[in-house]
Amino acid sequence: MIQPTHSSRRILLPVRPWFIWLTLGLAALLNLIPTGRLPGIPDWLALVLAFWCIHQPLKVGMGAGFAFGLAMDVAQASVLGQHALAYVLLAFAASSLSRRILWFPLTQQALHVLPLLLGTQLVMLAIRMSVGDEFPGLAYFLSSVVATLLWHPASYLLLLPQYQPIERDENRPI
Amino acid sequence: MSATGPIGHTPPPFFKRGPAPLAQLAFYVALSLLLLVADLRFRMLEPLRLVIATALWPLQRAVLLPVEGMGEAGHYFASLAKLEQENAELRARQLAQANQLLRQAHLEEENRRLRTLLDMAERIDAPARAAEILYAARDPFSRRVIIDRGATHGIESGQAVIDDLGVIGQVTRVFPLTSEVTLLTDKHQMIPVQVARNGLRAVLAGAGGGRMELKYLPANADVAPDDLLVTSGLDGIYLPGLPVAKVVSIDRDNSFAFARIECAPVAGVERHGQVLVLLRRSTPPPEEPAEEPAKPAKGRKQRK
Repeated sequence: MIQPTHSSRRILLPVRPWFIWLTLGLAALLNLIPTGRLPGIPDWLALVLAFWCIHQPLKVGMGAGFAFGLAMDVAQASVLGQHALAYVLLAFAASSLSRRILWFPLTQQALHVLPLLLGTQLVMLAIRMSVGDEFPGLAYFLSSVVATLLWHPASYLLLLPQYQPIERDENRPI
Repeated sequence: MSATGPIGHTPPPFFKRGPAPLAQLAFYVALSLLLLVADLRFRMLEPLRLVIATALWPLQRAVLLPVEGMGEAGHYFASLAKLEQENAELRARQLAQANQLLRQAHLEEENRRLRTLLDMAERIDAPARAAEILYAARDPFSRRVIIDRGATHGIESGQAVIDDLGVIGQVTRVFPLTSEVTLLTDKHQMIPVQVARNGLRAVLAGAGGGRMELKYLPANADVAPDDLLVTSGLDGIYLPGLPVAKVVSIDRDNSFAFARIECAPVAGVERHGQVLVLLRRSTPPPEEPAEEPAKPAKGRKQRK
């Protein structure tokens, strides 16, 4: 599949499905780490889900968002359906914007991702405020900003297996 | 997209996208909303939650290990001098409380005898179970902690949780090996209290941001800053007399019907450590008059 990646515009190897699910699972595990009320901890799962929905909209979509969201709802002791709804909307927005976002260099991709992640948080905020829960303060939105800053390293790490050549060649360095 | 192409070939897998994105979106959003309503409004999904939580528990435990390990390492490297000092402090405190502790058994016995003399219902002491707070739930909208005792240890939903200083909350959800405690500072958590100084009864509710508020007291209520609030025991859940909170400030604005009374919890509600879960008291229900069974028996006879 030929899709433009950032500046180098190189043709990537096809992605392996097990790698997608492995990274999604690892992100969910990172989300399980009990950080309590510490502000600015990014929502790893939302970041990785947005990444794969942008890069592989045919392989990862709203179904994955729903299933992982349900797991997060239980793990974080929040209302059932809160993360599920937010992640489904995130997956929809990310995969429908994927054609557009992939044309930009990484920094501008990150600027596209920021409103997506903020929207995810806003959906969760709206759900919980409508039930009358407490407002967590503006520091709550810090986690989206931190996740946006992580878009560069995340893109590098998650695309790393696709940069590897199939067979090593002495005449071709990479 | 049709199943077969114009010449009878199936389309290449590249175009297989399943249902249209909008249809998928509508389906999943409807499903999520259904879950939300079923969970928030009807509380029907506790079995589903239990299943997912049990499946996730090994993973959660595995993630918790390094976090706990870091804490353990910190303890290990804590200097010996600090531990010795803490030990000395604890000894001193124990000695200071020895007088009260030694006399408590005597006082309880005396209290029981006086109560029998006065023909009052006996106060039942609740059995308790020690537990440790594992971690605070990551949900930023509520205040909950997870403790390491669950249904297999006899914990039930609704039981009160205290620490060495006072009440910290109530068990709201029970899993096989863990349970979820909603702290008093949660916005949906209420506790019936009375002012220790004069016995004025009121309801204390969480106000968000780690504060609590004494609700529905008239503007001229006899409450002063630094008053201690203790449980009144009216609900039958909390034992009466447990310290809950201290009054911080009172705003008696006459334009509102009620006074705004802010309180701060006495116990270490936002701290981690050991807690005690008070198991349910088995109060015998009041005896009902034995006239009820007569009527249905009569009806049945007539029908026969």
